[in-house]
Amino acid sequence: MVTGATTRSLVTVRGLSVRYGNHVALQGVDLDVNENEIFGVIGPANGGKTSFLRALNRMDDFVPHMRVDGEVTFAGRDVRTIRNLYALRRHIGVVFPLPVGLPLSIYDNVALSPRLSGTRKRAQLDEIVERCLRRAALWDEVKDRLDGLGSLLSGGQQQRLTIARALSQDPELLLLDEFSIAVDPVTTMRIEEVLKELRQELTIVLVTNLVQQARRLADRTAFFLDGRCVEIAATDALFGGGARDQRTVDYLEGRFG
Amino acid sequence: MSSPAREPWLQALDRRDATWWIDRVCRGGVFVGGMSAILFLTAIFLFIATQGLDFAWHRLSLGQLLTGQRWEPTVEPPEYGALPLIAGTAWITAVAMLVAVPLSFGAAIYIGEFARGRQREWLKILIELLAAIPSVVWGVIGLQVMKPVIQQLFDVQVGLNVLNAGIILGLMAAPIITTIAEDALKAVPDTYREAAEALGATRWQIVRKVVLPHARPGLSAAILLGIGRAFGETIAVLMASGHRLMIPDSIFDSAATITATIAAELGEAAVGSDHYQVLFVLGLLLFGITFAINLTADWIVRGRRGHG
Ligand SMILES: Nc1ncnc2c1ncn2[C@@H]1O[C@H](COP(=O)(O)OP(=O)(O)O)[C@@H](O)[C@H]1O
Ligand SMILES: [Mg+2]
Repeated sequence: MVTGATTRSLVTVRGLSVRYGNHVALQGVDLDVNENEIFGVIGPANGGKTSFLRALNRMDDFVPHMRVDGEVTFAGRDVRTIRNLYALRRHIGVVFPLPVGLPLSIYDNVALSPRLSGTRKRAQLDEIVERCLRRAALWDEVKDRLDGLGSLLSGGQQQRLTIARALSQDPELLLLDEFSIAVDPVTTMRIEEVLKELRQELTIVLVTNLVQQARRLADRTAFFLDGRCVEIAATDALFGGGARDQRTVDYLEGRFG
Repeated sequence: MSSPAREPWLQALDRRDATWWIDRVCRGGVFVGGMSAILFLTAIFLFIATQGLDFAWHRLSLGQLLTGQRWEPTVEPPEYGALPLIAGTAWITAVAMLVAVPLSFGAAIYIGEFARGRQREWLKILIELLAAIPSVVWGVIGLQVMKPVIQQLFDVQVGLNVLNAGIILGLMAAPIITTIAEDALKAVPDTYREAAEALGATRWQIVRKVVLPHARPGLSAAILLGIGRAFGETIAVLMASGHRLMIPDSIFDSAATITATIAAELGEAAVGSDHYQVLFVLGLLLFGITFAINLTADWIVRGRRGHG
């Protein structure tokens, strides 16, 4: 790991809570995500992992009754006071659990975001599309059928398409929510390799249902349980028997979840 | 934890660019569109209400209107009992639904679940064409075709009656019910069909056990909107029903509906007269009923969505 002496945090979270109506999904979360790290988040279902991601880029438009309290800053800015919410989202890429190939051609899927922010030149778009598809390890499989529908690719291919699409935004931060749920093991491994390389250029929050995936990829790992962040530690320490909380130990050993 | 605040992309977070403003303007535009519906609705309601309310308030008893059995607005003293009209409307609408619902659901299920490719497209186009036939043409069909057929088939004197108007109205309401019902079926994800298919369910079993239950709210809404359609129809029903201002005893009696009565009598009532005003009260009644039907349809669809 080539983190210099100066670890700067890209995201800070203080006293974060998320509610859906009266239901508390997340409470009292304090943590920092450092620049150019992979920050792993593990924990059983319904622990609030997805809600955490939603709070980071303020993706609450389509979720009724969702309320976020507490402070989240992105690059030093309180996300609540950002005047152009769409600009914030353009700097944060998101990969959802089930791949969503938009019903556009493969090319247009990847070119969508650059086009949304005003890129029109074909040559420039061509370059972005190829670069992002290459980085998502999908280029070789689709380079001959860029006009085909993105929604018709296989699950694993669609998930890599989603990653390419997220990269086309040129994001500072990439949020992945259990990306491997609908992806075969070989593709999962390929995507993991991609993520390791991406760490050079951007910051990743990796929510995962696979404990071993966090172990393989994350620099630090947080354990979420029942809406609380139980523990945050360097991944090596956490898996090397350094977990302080008994519940974390139980989860890592597969005793519940 | 020094803040890297001078990086250029950070400034973009506060810059309201062209797309931000376009978003704002378009939101405003569609808001105006949405609000205009409310505006028109209130304006129409106020128009009807002001025309009829004064009379309804001071000289008409609501009880008499809703339960009175005689509609004789032009004799002295006039009688304003709308029960024959309400009953006529209810009878004819009921018959219309008995005709329309099986037909349209059959059509929707066939188109949505069984027909393939070309055939499916053609059927859809034909049904939409059916919806485009002007109501006066339906009226003529009732008058010239259905009347003799009913007289001979059932051996009755009067061919312009509840049955005639009901069949005509049912056929008129069928396209809208079919279209909405088919949308409801189409909204059922194919994964459900596949999952049932894998269990060895026959096509019909899939329809019965998986598709129809899932589509039920949409299908109910289709029926209600069909009722609304049948309810509001005027000219065809005026021509086919015989327009007799008495409570019908059977489907072979002639009958009159609220809409047809308004259409038939408004022209001859002096503007501002009691007769004129009571017709607007009838309009208000219609307005209220259709409103309730549409609201119910909406509530059924929404309620389902709310519970996932
Ligand atoms: N849109 C929503 N509306 C209501 N409750 C929700 C919604 N999304 C999540 N929840 C609830 O919030 C809690 C946390 O969910 P979530 O953040 O999805 O957890 P995880 O991603 O760890 O499985 C759960 O109890 C879940 O039922
Ligand atoms: Mg989740």
